[in-house]
Amino acid sequence: MLRYMLKRIMGAIPTLFLLITISFFMIRVAPGGPFDSEKDLPPQIQKNLEAKYHLDEPLHQQYFRYLGNIVQGDFGPSFQYKDFTVTELIVKGFPVSLTIGGVALLFALIMGVTLGTLAAVRQNSWVDYVLMSTAMTGISIPNFVIAPLLILYFAVYRDWFPAGGWGDGQWRYLVLPVLALSLRYIAYIARLMRGSMIEILQSDYIRTAKAKGLSMTQTVLKHALKPALMPIVSYLGPAAAGIITGSVVIEKIFGVPGLGQYFVQGALNRDYTLVMGVIIFIGVLIVVFNLIVDILYAYLDPKIRLEQT
Amino acid sequence: MQSKDDSLLLSIQDLTVKFKTQEELITAVNNVSFDIPKGKTVGLVGESGSGKSVTSLATMGLIPMPPGQITSGKILYHGEDLLQKTEKEMREIRGNKISMIFQEPMTALNPVFRIGSQISEVLRLHKGMTKKQAWNYSIDLLDQVGIPDPKTKIKAYPHEMSGGQKQRVMIAMAIACEPDLLICDEPTTALDVTIQKQVLELMLDLQEKYHMGMLFITHDLGVIADLADDVVVMYRSNIVEQNHVHTIFKNAKHPYTKGLIACRPMLDGNPKRLLTVSDYMEEDGTEIEVPAEKFEPMIKPDKSDIDSHPVLLEVNNLKTWFPVKGGLFGRTQSHVKAVDDVSFVVHKGETLGLVGESGCGKTTLGRTILRLQKATSGNVVFDGVDIMKQDKESMRKLRSRMQIIFQDPYSSLNPRMTVGDIITEPMAIHGKGENQKERFLMAQALMDKVDLKPQHLNRYPHEFSGGQRQRICIARAIGIEPDFIICDESVSALDVSVQAQVLNLLQDLQQEMGLTYIFISHDLSVVNYISDRVGVMNQGKIVELETAKEIYENPQRNYTQRLLDAIPKGVPKDLLLN
Repeated sequence: MLRYMLKRIMGAIPTLFLLITISFFMIRVAPGGPFDSEKDLPPQIQKNLEAKYHLDEPLHQQYFRYLGNIVQGDFGPSFQYKDFTVTELIVKGFPVSLTIGGVALLFALIMGVTLGTLAAVRQNSWVDYVLMSTAMTGISIPNFVIAPLLILYFAVYRDWFPAGGWGDGQWRYLVLPVLALSLRYIAYIARLMRGSMIEILQSDYIRTAKAKGLSMTQTVLKHALKPALMPIVSYLGPAAAGIITGSVVIEKIFGVPGLGQYFVQGALNRDYTLVMGVIIFIGVLIVVFNLIVDILYAYLDPKIRLEQT
Repeated sequence: MQSKDDSLLLSIQDLTVKFKTQEELITAVNNVSFDIPKGKTVGLVGESGSGKSVTSLATMGLIPMPPGQITSGKILYHGEDLLQKTEKEMREIRGNKISMIFQEPMTALNPVFRIGSQISEVLRLHKGMTKKQAWNYSIDLLDQVGIPDPKTKIKAYPHEMSGGQKQRVMIAMAIACEPDLLICDEPTTALDVTIQKQVLELMLDLQEKYHMGMLFITHDLGVIADLADDVVVMYRSNIVEQNHVHTIFKNAKHPYTKGLIACRPMLDGNPKRLLTVSDYMEEDGTEIEVPAEKFEPMIKPDKSDIDSHPVLLEVNNLKTWFPVKGGLFGRTQSHVKAVDDVSFVVHKGETLGLVGESGCGKTTLGRTILRLQKATSGNVVFDGVDIMKQDKESMRKLRSRMQIIFQDPYSSLNPRMTVGDIITEPMAIHGKGENQKERFLMAQALMDKVDLKPQHLNRYPHEFSGGQRQRICIARAIGIEPDFIICDESVSALDVSVQAQVLNLLQDLQQEMGLTYIFISHDLSVVNYISDRVGVMNQGKIVELETAKEIYENPQRNYTQRLLDAIPKGVPKDLLLN
């Protein structure tokens, strides 16, 4: 197992290298720079600033300097938040994003699997139709539409939950962002789960389980759930990536001080180091998450276990 | 309520089951009645779709409703009508008093649980055993069904076992609660003949030990000849004949039963064309008098005749090894020698049979000859050309002369293509016919040739039965007028009655088109019927290669003898002596 994990992490290095290279040059291509503002700085100060951050060097030299720093684990100072290093900002923002993203993913998983299973067991009944048409709507509405609607109803009209802010992570502040972030994924997972469950329920070993004298509930929970989860687990990788990118929008709308906020601010201010830092961090996160997904997959499907060892 | 007759275990009376489709109500089982006495075996015989599986599922209370509905009848078990029981009462009977074994051991076990927990589950459910008790008892059960080293094997997952072992696990699961009725739905159809024999023997032993009644469902009368006390023959939802097994074999009344008995190829001589049900019976069920010449035995040309034909295919020291990789860098540690130093020739117009158990390498050999699988070493010479040395372009041209027909007619046809497209595709690739219209006309002729209706060319594969689909595969293969066809288990997935028709078709085509075949099968009786010479394969090597007659009359190897012994004789033993 350890050997397998090592192999996978080694395999991720080229991916990350490509990610760093492409994003490094892409952000440099964008017009403007970190020290442009409405008021022009005196040329000498501008020059000094650029010299301090090595921005006056040729681009390839900056690139190799950056790579060298990354290898040593140094993301550099932020251009915008001048008292902080990028690492410090990530350490500050990540727990907030992790809470929202993690809870959203977990919530999407639990709700999606439950609703999908329900729809599959009651296939072609009104339960199925209502659930699936709702899910279709859920998939179609983007989160930047859902979020204001949620705020409008639950915060403005009903005043049940705060309209934004973080409140040091109190649960009341979590509800709306998590809901806005996860609805899409609940809907998608529910549809995926329904399809997978229907297929599994028609398989021969479900017939065997029924022939053993198990009840429908026992059959579904003990024999069908585990194999039916497999497509969901493969979807978790893309879903996690989607939730991470989705959280950029959601954090902005709800004014939550997470990684996404920093990322958007960084991009607007041409805060090269901050944007790069967040990109690399998210890249690593997605690689690690996909590794976890594959390990989970091996746990669900014993056939895969054999091929890895 | 007790039934008058205490010796009766199960009595099905006037059972009618219908299925509702979008268009109509289909009758799957029509007014079926038969009895199973305690401790006796009843064989339920019929072709796919005759209603035999539906009958058994009705007994288990496992007919999905809707779309199914039981419109009349009773299923009396110890005198009590199972159809009147609640779902909860039925659950206590299922797996406990009445249990069932299914056809496909590959898919009938849940792939994600250890077999130990799958067997234990029944015991914990019905016998109230603790986890540990059930686990230990399961080890004992595995031992009873002849799984070697049950203490280790109980922790295995289904994919770590062979097909035969999986079926033994299914049996262990079924007998765990010592049921008094065991329903077996084609339990050996998916298995090799040698494994089939072992499993059948095991079931007989267990039946005696637990004094179970058995309902044995099969499409092959030969399989139950030695097993059943009574035989019930079903044809198109109805029972056409039921009687004691001896009476059925000695003196079958219904033409369908006669056809079923006759269509099975025998080891000791066959008629020129295998008889089929349609020789005995019209579509509407009226009996046909079979003319005497149809029974005339086939006389195979002797060996000298074959050798005088020119050689079409020459296989020299062919090896196909698969590397077994391991370690951090995936280095090759050893090899699976699927085909190991095989040499033989095939003459023009000949049929060479290749037999052997699953995993003996016969399929890999076939695929390597066509270069669908890369050879490790050795060469294959087809009509004077070394196939292994051809580049892509010349190989493509060669392929139009060499075709393959696969085992599974269900998965080897693209479900999204019409039959017309399926048949004309290889023609278009190999430049047969001027345009699509002309190819379509050729396809119509091909459909006619394989006894399918030309107007069905615009239908999709799912609208055809298994036998019809295999005919489509044959039409696709012969459409580009090849010289040489490899038939890889091409009739193994078919009912015996359909198998005979397809075998006849293959023989007709051979004569008409001067085809050369390699016929791969695990069933020696089929290979014996169709082949001029037979190669017996074991562990990647050909251990014996002789004329079919020689192999059957005078097998040189124990392995060959063992394969021969495993074939069901197709007639009850005690009748054979007379």
